[in-house]
Amino acid sequence: MTLTLFAVFAAVLVVSSLSVILQKNPVASALFLVLSFCSLAGIYLVLQAEFIGMVQIIVYAGAIMVLFLFVIMYLNLGRDVETGMQILVRRGIGWAIGAVLLAEGAIVIGRHAAAGPASSPAPGIGNAQALGVLLYSRYLFPFEITSIVLLVAMVGAVVIARGRAGPAARRGSARAAAPARGPEAVAPPASTPPGAAAPGPDGPGRTGTGAR
Amino acid sequence: MIPLSWPLLLSAVVFVIGLVGVLVRRNALVIFMSIELMLNAGNLAFVAFARQMNSLDGQVFVFFVMTVAAAEVAIGLAIIVNLFRLRESVFVDEINLLRG
Amino acid sequence: MNPVHLALIPGLPLAAVALNLLLGDRLGRRRVSWLACGAVGLSFMLAVRAALRLAGMPEENRSIVETLYTWMRVGDFSARVSFLLDPLSSVMALVVTGVGFLIHVYSVGYMANDASFRRFFLYLNLFMFAMLTLVLADNFLLMFVGWEGVGLCSYLLIGFWYQRPSAAEAGKKAFIVNRIGDFGFILGMLVLFVHAGSLDYARLFAVAPQVFAFGSAAITTATLLLFLGATGKSAQIPLYTWLPDAMEGPTPVSALIHAATMVTAGVYMVARTHVLFQLAPLSLETVALIGAATALLAATIGIAQNDIKRVLAYSTVSQLGYMFMACGVGAFTAGIFHLMTHAFFKALLFLGAGSVIHALSDEQDLRRMGGLARRIPWTHGTMLVATLAIAGIPPFAGFFSKDEILGSAFASGHPGVWLAGLVGAVLTSFYMFRLYILCFRGESRVSREAGHHVHEPPPSMLVPLVILAALSVVGGFVGPPMQEGGHAFERWMRPVFESGAGGAAAGHAVSHATEWVLIAMSVAAAGVGILLAFQIYLNQPSLATQLQQRWSAVHRVLFNKYWVDELYNAVVVSPVYRISQRLWKLWDEKVVDGAVNGVGYTLEGISSVLRLFQTGFVGTYALFFALGVLVLLFHLVRH
Repeated sequence: MTLTLFAVFAAVLVVSSLSVILQKNPVASALFLVLSFCSLAGIYLVLQAEFIGMVQIIVYAGAIMVLFLFVIMYLNLGRDVETGMQILVRRGIGWAIGAVLLAEGAIVIGRHAAAGPASSPAPGIGNAQALGVLLYSRYLFPFEITSIVLLVAMVGAVVIARGRAGPAARRGSARAAAPARGPEAVAPPASTPPGAAAPGPDGPGRTGTGAR
Repeated sequence: MIPLSWPLLLSAVVFVIGLVGVLVRRNALVIFMSIELMLNAGNLAFVAFARQMNSLDGQVFVFFVMTVAAAEVAIGLAIIVNLFRLRESVFVDEINLLRG
Repeated sequence: MNPVHLALIPGLPLAAVALNLLLGDRLGRRRVSWLACGAVGLSFMLAVRAALRLAGMPEENRSIVETLYTWMRVGDFSARVSFLLDPLSSVMALVVTGVGFLIHVYSVGYMANDASFRRFFLYLNLFMFAMLTLVLADNFLLMFVGWEGVGLCSYLLIGFWYQRPSAAEAGKKAFIVNRIGDFGFILGMLVLFVHAGSLDYARLFAVAPQVFAFGSAAITTATLLLFLGATGKSAQIPLYTWLPDAMEGPTPVSALIHAATMVTAGVYMVARTHVLFQLAPLSLETVALIGAATALLAATIGIAQNDIKRVLAYSTVSQLGYMFMACGVGAFTAGIFHLMTHAFFKALLFLGAGSVIHALSDEQDLRRMGGLARRIPWTHGTMLVATLAIAGIPPFAGFFSKDEILGSAFASGHPGVWLAGLVGAVLTSFYMFRLYILCFRGESRVSREAGHHVHEPPPSMLVPLVILAALSVVGGFVGPPMQEGGHAFERWMRPVFESGAGGAAAGHAVSHATEWVLIAMSVAAAGVGILLAFQIYLNQPSLATQLQQRWSAVHRVLFNKYWVDELYNAVVVSPVYRISQRLWKLWDEKVVDGAVNGVGYTLEGISSVLRLFQTGFVGTYALFFALGVLVLLFHLVRH
């Protein structure tokens, strides 16, 4: 039973990861990645790491991917155009490397993991509780450090993302500044939200900018 | 039960898929996503070993990896946004600021 | 006994050089001249004090050695910076510092309007340091330091006005010809060292009679090589050609370096190493022959020259020949005696010529002088004294020294040398009085503009002239002939030249009667020359042009200095130049430059390939990551 579940989830995982790297549209890639995470969570459950599985859904699929999608939408990216001989060469090399690496990995795993089936885990306390005990006793110090890491990441993200406005930004702000007077007097507002005057992530366009 | 080699092999496959994605794609965001794939493949291997050796230390490690991955994603995306502002492009073969 | 500080004698001028170098620009002319002249003056006083101390010592061990420090020590061999004062070096030191001081003072006036005043005194002091090191050294190595140093200063001072191409060329010529001589000197030193194991005078001269067999090839080779060095420095055949060209330098330089001091270094060296030369009779003969030949050759060239300084230059070469003649016949004392008197009157001649040139606004051609006796009386008077001295008219200094040389030559059984000296005396007095008459007597041929500004030089230039004139008069009185037991100068020098067969002894082997005859002959020779000169140039000026036309071929040969320079050029200089051109084009440009540039190109090539790795694209870098991982894993998989 578990074997079948595992096989199903594994198949979904492999297919969706392949789609992640093969899709032209980054949004599609992101969505397939969500699917991969979810199937991975299922595998975790099969492997009796329930807490990890749940955390996987919450953190990865729920937070990280949302972040990804935010940014993709924010940058308003279209389909990737990938042409040219150089790209083909690079692709070829990349796939080749991947194939060789996979072969090597398979050989290693085949050699060593001929061991018997996994032992059954000890029953009793639940996975979350057991993990918690471990986390707060033996791994307390790394746990606290992790919180600092998260703090640093937060601050860093704010600082970096604020940044100095580049040429796109300046151009965008100029365009934002100029027609600010225009639409009031001349142009009839065809689109209800006046594009320049309204703040917020309003689809600044490829040449526009998140002028903020 | 599930033999150890299955999750390990799966982990290797997903890892390689992620690696190929890093090498092949032009879009920085997709590359980033491939990196996430690789991280998760590692996580899977950890969990598999934790189960095999009947100790939860592997899962603790997964916990930390996830945390750090989250932090990394936040910063990485911020950088990509900044880069986009600078160069108006997210394609890594159009950006060679590292040159020299 | 408290030391006499011999090291300060060359040390003070060196200190002056250092001060001049560092501060000279800010000191101003007056202070620079005080610094330079003061240093030399103090050296002179120190030399006097040291000589007096020496005189107070008993005759048997009349020498003072003061060591500064050990220069180098290699295995058994050690060389020290150490100074020796004995009668010989004391005479040299006194002459160098004394005449040098007078010339320094003279230069203050002569170079007063020159833009590079400070540099002149810098070089002049440097020269004094080198020359004094040369004469006061107590071993060959230190002497060689001084030897090279004076060569360098000669180059610097000849080419002092370096913007003038002829001056720069003359400086180069002097240095290169000197170098050929130095080559011989070094080889000679090497031979001596190989055989005797030491380069200290004391040790070397003590062991020489045991180490070298009398007349052996080793000692003959060594001394001939040393003599080659002497011919280079003292302008004898075959290395004399640089001295006439050296007149490109300022006149005080000609006076100091090319008359009184540097060119006498070769004579000093031969005198110092007389022990070695007396072990090699072949070398001594060579010295005498070359001295005689040079004396005659230079005198003949001198009678046909028109530039006042050229005449004096050839005169110097000729007189140096006399000094070598003396050494060659074993009369070393006579040679040094003539060195001393020659320093007085030759320096005076050059300084006086400088005064004339100065008075005539830089006119140097004798054909455009004349009738200056009344107009610059002091210069005229002192020049007359010098000319009488060099001609060998008693009681002036030159007479005593020249007569002693001729007497020694005759007495030591070298009649040929004696005859050459006698003929040379006739020529000497002839061309010197020719110079005197053309310059000071007769009708004035001075150009209009120059004639307006004729004036006596300032006191800073006149006083040295007068002092030197006085010395030219009384300088010979230390060496009157026919003294029982030798005259004063001889007795002073005896400790130095006693060892070995002294030619001084030979001088007494003739009877008084013979000596009087010899004296009469040398005075008569001088007189003949004077009379001829007066007759041709003063009383019957047309006679000069007639003679020149009748003997025009001879005159051409003499005027062109026997074309020796051209010969050297064709035989030595041009082939060397052509070879070096070829070497340059072939070896230096193609091979050496090719190799060096080749390394550069190769590196460039490699780096332009390596540069391709730095694409700046993250993707490329990731690719290399992956490749690396691949390779690592491959190794893991295999084992």
